[in-house]
Amino acid sequence: MAADPFFEFLCRMGDNTLVLGHRVSEWCGTAPVLEEDIALANTALDLIGQTQMWLGLAGEVEGKGRSADDLAMLRDAWDFRNVLLTEQPNGDFGQTMMRQFLFDAWHVAMLDALTRSTDPRVAEIAAKAVKEASYHVERSGDTVIGLGDGTDESHRRMQAALDLLWPYVGELFVPDSVDDAMAEAGIAPDLTDLRAAYDDHLAKVMATATLTIPDSAFAHKGGKSGFRHSEHLGHMLTEMQWLQRAYPGATW
Amino acid sequence: MSSPNSAYPDIPETPPTKPRRHEWPLWEIFIRGQHGMSHRHVGSLHAPDADMAIKNARDVYTRRNEGVSIWAVEARHIAATSPGDKGPFYEPSESKVYRHPTFFDIPDDVGAM
Repeated sequence: MAADPFFEFLCRMGDNTLVLGHRVSEWCGTAPVLEEDIALANTALDLIGQTQMWLGLAGEVEGKGRSADDLAMLRDAWDFRNVLLTEQPNGDFGQTMMRQFLFDAWHVAMLDALTRSTDPRVAEIAAKAVKEASYHVERSGDTVIGLGDGTDESHRRMQAALDLLWPYVGELFVPDSVDDAMAEAGIAPDLTDLRAAYDDHLAKVMATATLTIPDSAFAHKGGKSGFRHSEHLGHMLTEMQWLQRAYPGATW
Repeated sequence: MSSPNSAYPDIPETPPTKPRRHEWPLWEIFIRGQHGMSHRHVGSLHAPDADMAIKNARDVYTRRNEGVSIWAVEARHIAATSPGDKGPFYEPSESKVYRHPTFFDIPDDVGAM
């Protein structure tokens, strides 16, 4: 069972940004237009930068001499603590932007709460990351609106993306023993407290985007606990970790 | 259909309808740097509306901390001289050196200007 809940929590924050950052980076060079290509690459780099801070602190807290790179590149799928939403495949551009918005809207609320963490190191990372996340959510929200309220084709694709990804939203807000321990210590907020504002935010954006939020509270789980990741994570790690696996310790 | 006024009656006046390209309009981007006094033209990009033009400009042109303010202007709103106007527009001023304020003695107290 979970060793140190603080370490687990930091891995959750860092693995969310690492896995999503890698997913977003998969668009590099293939996005539908040049402007979006650069914007997606910027987002991916922001997320990877945040990963360095979260996993760097995780390694420090763990005290076994593991660096952020060690944690990112040398753990296997079952050791990852990202929510299932972040590891879902890119699909089409609309699906990627829907995934991004569903995550960003949670991320910005979470980071904002973390700026008031009782742990100054966590508060400091959050203060830096929340500025990036605020831009991410504005951009992904605008794109969801633009495509949702766009052509018949783009609307259809965005609704399909929302229907597909909605069951992965719940995991962000359902606390387990790690989340409870963090809330108790004042390190992180009670996740259930973030839900109402998230739902409001989503309702506004989806209404403007003319999209219908599925009427279902079903939530996949198993990502942040590491109990059961989706099949997609292993395939992603195979590519992401290949170099360090094939040439251990390689640098440039 | 050729119009009777056309110089080339065999060629239809209205160009054949091209397949419509669903391209975003072009925007010209101006950025004021950290210590810059004014916005400078840095390039152009495509965006569906003004709001996204600003966002795209942020992502394309300020990712290395270049700016503190962005202007986006849709390219079609910019009135410009054409290269054909070069003669009458610019050449007459070439021979008018007296328009440069270089014929005054500047007092030393003024310093560098």
